[in-house]
Amino acid sequence: MPLSRNNKASIVTLIVDYDAGNLASVKRACQQVGLDAEFCADPDQLRHAKRVIFPGVGAAGSAMASVKARGLDEALREVISNGCPVLGICLGMQISLDYSEENDTPTLGLIAGEVTRFRMDRPDLKVPHMGWNEVCVQQAHPVLEGIEAGDEFYFVHGYFPTPKDNAAILATTDYEGHFASAIGKDSYIGTQFHPEKSGRVGLRLLSNFAQWDGQC
Amino acid sequence: MLSKRVIACLDVRDGHLAKSVKFVNTQNIGDPVEKAHEYYIDGLDELVFYDITASSDKRNIMLDVVESVASQVFIPLSVGGGIRSVSDATDLRLAGAEKINVNSAAVKRPELIDECASAIGNQNVVLSMDIRKVTKSSDIPSGYEIVINGGRSPMGLDALVWALDGEKRGAGELVINSIDADGTKDGYEIELTSMIAQAVRIPVIASGGAGLPEHLYEVLTKGHADAALVASMVHYGDYKVSELKGYLHDQGLKIRMSW
Repeated sequence: MPLSRNNKASIVTLIVDYDAGNLASVKRACQQVGLDAEFCADPDQLRHAKRVIFPGVGAAGSAMASVKARGLDEALREVISNGCPVLGICLGMQISLDYSEENDTPTLGLIAGEVTRFRMDRPDLKVPHMGWNEVCVQQAHPVLEGIEAGDEFYFVHGYFPTPKDNAAILATTDYEGHFASAIGKDSYIGTQFHPEKSGRVGLRLLSNFAQWDGQC
Repeated sequence: MLSKRVIACLDVRDGHLAKSVKFVNTQNIGDPVEKAHEYYIDGLDELVFYDITASSDKRNIMLDVVESVASQVFIPLSVGGGIRSVSDATDLRLAGAEKINVNSAAVKRPELIDECASAIGNQNVVLSMDIRKVTKSSDIPSGYEIVINGGRSPMGLDALVWALDGEKRGAGELVINSIDADGTKDGYEIELTSMIAQAVRIPVIASGGAGLPEHLYEVLTKGHADAALVASMVHYGDYKVSELKGYLHDQGLKIRMSW
């Protein structure tokens, strides 16, 4: 996929397009906060990104297969080691851990920990966890700035992340107990919720990300 | 803990907003894009567009409506009406719809649910059901029957059986629309909503009959619904979305109050 403008390869934000999913809503929300983003499925192009958004579509197994087949896993590791700000969303966040119970999938291992399914043994608990829920910030982070107690974000997921190291947990949400709804390490941050579908607070998060230099 | 959702449904015909009463005598009441944005700013949790355009050559108008809404409204957007294939669903998704509502076409060909679920994910497939109360019989043991064609054609299909089948086939959510209550403003069909909501493990959206804030409270508590769908009570300015949410919050329900 060619970039729309010449010689801007090093200053653009790229939305990683690793599957045939619908990523248009992420792009629209980026536009709304003044972040000019392009779709990208090419690892070499990804290596030159200034900022990367890694959204999620489908299931962990097919997503990882697609990421690997395109060589996007190595490119992603590289940009993160160079300090490039990366935002993972939903499944894009989940595959940043070591392992996902979904399709028994070894994942990228950017953050130590696992992804497991909500337990189905409580009849009143509906899975997927779908709708608006509170995100409680546990650690100040430039991308989470301005998110206040009681602010809610939109979630749609059946699996959730558990980082090994508490230092990687940036925010939590309560559904069958508390789970990590935002995680991060170095220049990587991932959210279980969808900032692009979360109204004003979601746009605030994207706008914070647009200005983040990757330092915590 | 999840918040209960308030969802506004906008019926769109030929690109204009329409509101049906018992599915007949639809009248134009404004611009859907403008209304959608107004509700978004006022704290709406989710939007549903229902395309009631009759002629198929005008159906592309809906894609334009969805696209302009999606570029200024950043909450989940669901679209239904006339979806017969995965390709209809995909077109709407590319235009900016998050979720796809299937209804009549799924009753006629239930595999449509399986196909859409595997193409766009279970969580994005909403099974919308139009339901009428009937005398209990061996064919309709729950006493609620699925109807299509805007309520004109009874299908001999039990609503509870269809809800469970839809869940099994991969629907991620159900809309329970009572044809009897639709447009009456007398309140939702509580018995029907509660029966289905307690039988399935997926979220249930109650639809049809809302006229007062109390009706929403009733269906979100006694009716066990996860979300309440409103239409005319907000379209004609009787209530504001924020007013409804404020009322539900004051009654002690978990409601998203900061937007």
